[in-house]
Amino acid sequence: MSLEPRAGQTPSLLKKSTWIDFGIRLSAVILALVFTSLILVIAKAQPLEAYKSILQGAFGTTIKFTSVIASWVPLVIATSGLLFTFTAGLWNIGMEGQIVMGAVFTVGAFRIFDETGLDPSLVIFLAFLAGAAGGIFWALLPGLMKIYGGVNEIFGGLGLNFVAKTAAIWLIFGPWKRPGVASGSGTEWIDIPFRLPYIPGTNLSLTILIIAIIVVVFTAIMLKGTHFGLRLKAIGKNDKAAYILGIPTTRYFLLAFGLCGLFAGIAGAILVTSKQYSLIPDAGFGYGFLGLLVAMLVNYHPIWSAVIAFFFAALSIGNTELQYMGLNSYFAGVLQGFLVLFVVLVDGVRKRLVTKL
Amino acid sequence: MKISFQHINKWFGKVHANNDINFTIPSGTIQGILGENGAGKSTLMKVLTGFYQADSGEIFLDDKAVTISSPEDAVMMGIGMLHQDPLDFPPMKVIDNFLLGTRGGLFPNRKQVEKDITRLSQEFDFQINPDSFVETLTVGERQQLEILRLLWLGVKVLILDEPTTGISANQKEKLFATLLKLASQGLTVIFVSHKLEEVEQLCSRVAVFRQGQLVGEVMPPYDTDQFVYMMFGKSVEVADKSTFRSEVPYIKLENISLEDYRLRLRDINLEINCGEVIGLAGMEGSGQRLFLRMLTGLIRPVGGSILYGGHNFTGRTYPAFQKAGVAYLPAARLEEGLIPGMTLTEHFILSEEHHELFVNQKSAIDLTEDRIREFYIKGTPASQIEQLSGGNQQRALLALLRNKLRLILMEHPTRGLDIESAIWIWSKMKERCKECTSIVFTSSDLDEIIQYSDRILVFFGGLVSKPIDANTTSVDELGQLIGGKGW
Amino acid sequence: MDVATLTTLAGIVEYAVPVLFASIGENFTEKAGLINLSVNGTIILSAMSGFVVAMTVDSIFLGFLVGAVVGAIVAAIVAFSSITLKQSQVAIGFVLALLCRDLAYFLGAPYTNKPGLFLSKVPIPGLADIPFIGPVFFNHSLVVYASYLFIIIAYVFMFKTRSGLMLQGIGERPSAAFARGANVKALRYFYTILGGLLIGLAGPMYSLAVKIGWAGQLSGLDGIGWIALAITIFGGWNPLRVAFGAYLFGGLQQLGITLQSTTNIPIQILQAAPFPLMIFTLLLVNVGRAEWVERELAAMPEKPRIVLSKILRALRTSPPASLGVPFENE
Repeated sequence: MSLEPRAGQTPSLLKKSTWIDFGIRLSAVILALVFTSLILVIAKAQPLEAYKSILQGAFGTTIKFTSVIASWVPLVIATSGLLFTFTAGLWNIGMEGQIVMGAVFTVGAFRIFDETGLDPSLVIFLAFLAGAAGGIFWALLPGLMKIYGGVNEIFGGLGLNFVAKTAAIWLIFGPWKRPGVASGSGTEWIDIPFRLPYIPGTNLSLTILIIAIIVVVFTAIMLKGTHFGLRLKAIGKNDKAAYILGIPTTRYFLLAFGLCGLFAGIAGAILVTSKQYSLIPDAGFGYGFLGLLVAMLVNYHPIWSAVIAFFFAALSIGNTELQYMGLNSYFAGVLQGFLVLFVVLVDGVRKRLVTKL
Repeated sequence: MKISFQHINKWFGKVHANNDINFTIPSGTIQGILGENGAGKSTLMKVLTGFYQADSGEIFLDDKAVTISSPEDAVMMGIGMLHQDPLDFPPMKVIDNFLLGTRGGLFPNRKQVEKDITRLSQEFDFQINPDSFVETLTVGERQQLEILRLLWLGVKVLILDEPTTGISANQKEKLFATLLKLASQGLTVIFVSHKLEEVEQLCSRVAVFRQGQLVGEVMPPYDTDQFVYMMFGKSVEVADKSTFRSEVPYIKLENISLEDYRLRLRDINLEINCGEVIGLAGMEGSGQRLFLRMLTGLIRPVGGSILYGGHNFTGRTYPAFQKAGVAYLPAARLEEGLIPGMTLTEHFILSEEHHELFVNQKSAIDLTEDRIREFYIKGTPASQIEQLSGGNQQRALLALLRNKLRLILMEHPTRGLDIESAIWIWSKMKERCKECTSIVFTSSDLDEIIQYSDRILVFFGGLVSKPIDANTTSVDELGQLIGGKGW
Repeated sequence: MDVATLTTLAGIVEYAVPVLFASIGENFTEKAGLINLSVNGTIILSAMSGFVVAMTVDSIFLGFLVGAVVGAIVAAIVAFSSITLKQSQVAIGFVLALLCRDLAYFLGAPYTNKPGLFLSKVPIPGLADIPFIGPVFFNHSLVVYASYLFIIIAYVFMFKTRSGLMLQGIGERPSAAFARGANVKALRYFYTILGGLLIGLAGPMYSLAVKIGWAGQLSGLDGIGWIALAITIFGGWNPLRVAFGAYLFGGLQQLGITLQSTTNIPIQILQAAPFPLMIFTLLLVNVGRAEWVERELAAMPEKPRIVLSKILRALRTSPPASLGVPFENE
């Protein structure tokens, strides 16, 4: 079964940016807005009013703005991780499960170190390490299955997503259940010293913002400025030729998975220490899937992915405001989905026109 | 059925694959078609069977002009082709292979088809069981199946493309008996092959193609020398040959055996010296590629050992070979040698061994510009590799070779290049030989093989000749060996 | 056998039905050589639209029809993007999976937990009274009976008819099928849309029959589509085996429900079971093709090598060989 992107058919959706490409991408955005507005009309809502509402919800107050940033952090970290796997020509659909496992390992670490009396900062650090380990572990699994078992990483990742979710649920209802009655709303919350504090007056922890910036810069440098990044790109475009040119493809595939898993684990740890303070059934919050969508929109560009991720985060936070219009917050997913859909389709049309000319 | 080609022309880009072909095949004959790789015979057959459409010219079947626009069309008109790799469906049963594509009602009459298969099978002394899965059949049996199927569909013309590669002697006998029987029943058989002895044995007339043209038609009695001359042309006067072959052995192959789906090469013994150039000659698919890739470490031999510089490299993987100084230039440039989507500069960065973390863009561009000058590549450091012409891609491949190499393995190194480029590339390669680099290369151009090799190995159907001295051989001698004579 | 067990068994049969339609639908698509990854989203969207339409125009039939049309449209987008535009099948399928799901939750919000229409059980006279078999198999709504027929029709079509043979052909070796006169691209369009139609039927089968109603994100439908994909693979692209997989899944679901009342283990754990099975199947499929295996084989002496090669070839549950690869005529 061949789902690997072949030479010329990579997960990236645009080649070098020129004015034409920009115009084409713009048309995809316009199409997305048109269709989304149509959907709003069907839902008996006024499109302009809805868009205004979203902007309000995202940027209306300072607190909301910081919520956007807080939502941006795990998203951009996930996307950055996925840029490594996409560059290597891989579809890491298992990202969501990797974030979940990151969260699981993080909570597990907290539970282990809870009563030990260690300095809370140290415990948090260890918990992050554990989360990272969890993410790496869960990402290497589909990688190994692919290389040594020939199992396509899409199905391996899909399956492991479910296994991770199941593991989380089992823990929540089983060994880690709240004292008294097990609750579907998650495990007991971690103690207050272990929660990352917000900057006063905001919904944002400074620590996670710094982590996000470091991750973005690291990704940008690694992918664009190092030999590692170049070799990863080579493997993604033509792994046969890359091997013959002397690149150890197996090692690099596994490194790509591993790095992505590392970021997934960190994202999971951030979600635990800065948002949920516990393990919940939906421990990944869908960031793994949303990250895939963002990565599909950018041309492996780490900086652009940060920008698009911010826009997506703004949408996600902003669209909770829609409840006052009687709409629910799945609207963000609709607009995000249409954007990616039309970019894929429009890019396909462009390629076809180019080959015809 | 009588077949007539009139003024058939077919171009692929600049390549004139069929150049004004005029040619008639009478009914009830076994027509042989000889020619090297690239001579145009496969193209003509693909035109006849509807895979390609001729750019100009006409085809007449039984003196009636026809248009064959698809493979299905061809079969409807009674023309069937047995491809070298039969176009069948391996995971399905024989009977399903028969039925696939036939017209008729929703539910086929399996019982009837089973009977037909059994009857046809017996008629030609094949042992085809309708219930077996095609992937369990040998190559020879898959051929038999395809022949039966085409006959069942009522073809009046049967084209066979290199049918005897990879089948047993017994199967070959049966095949020939079948073909003779079919011809006597009025079928037209077209036998495309490079194997001179078989063509001479089987065919009642032979057409020879070379470089896109029909060189001539020959009737029995056949003269092998004449065939070789028609297929390969005259030996070009060999200009001053230089050799840098030293007396120092570097590579030793002991009793090497190789295997793939169709071929088995057995017990090859060879010693290659420093600075020596070994040319591998033979029709494509005769085992040269397998042999070459074994030398890179990409394929593991099933028997024997490889020693480089006294060290045993048998069973080690490609990275180990590469570290030891082996380089490989594959024939499929854009699929295996280069990376479409990346620039020249990026390729040069990748080809060097870098242990530092960051890419030094400036020095990379400088290096690329140097190499562009040195190798006369028509491109800039920022050119994407797929934008370069084929010839320039080949130059780029050569330019990517590292400095200190012990063995360079090349597949068709000058294919698609003009004469000057070819000569210039070989001069650069020979310079490497001065530094004790050995070269092994495959080529379909016998002149190139004779000109640049020190010794030559000819491959035919899984057999490998003893090394032939390039200084004393001729196109005729090589041609005969390539055609299967003189073994 | 007591009533409770019979009810459980009947529940298994019933619960398997939508997954069965979706999996066999995807089976058709993948047999032809394409992957439609949007199944998860399509089912949710078609469940919502079918429910809403049925309720609005007061016609269950139209509800099913709309569901099927929704499935067909989504599949058509996948087909267009993959076959004509030659874009990645994974990309288009994946984005549609997410988009359709969110569309369903967004547009379906006003209809959540509203009472709608549903198909009632129709016991087949005579057959329903047979001890044991009757209550388990013949006391269901129409869609369940339809599923029995469907399994047989799908299997017979795929393996016993001329068209079915060609379907296998374009998936296994499109170049050979083309040589036999197949219009590979058109046929792939057809089977992808057909698959989408069947997947689209699965949605209303939930909201109008098996799991009545529309509860938005609490419908429990999220994930069913991914499971259907897993079952298609586990079923070796053969409708009979796929049906077996669907019933197995139904059984696990029921087991989960039963266990949930006795212990506190939630249903999702068993719901995840198809995936290890799928991974196991995929490992079996591909072992023998991995390069390291080839090298190890080459190192073996002749006799064991030949025997082992034969075993590995026999073990393979091969996917249609051209699955996921775009087809070029020349």
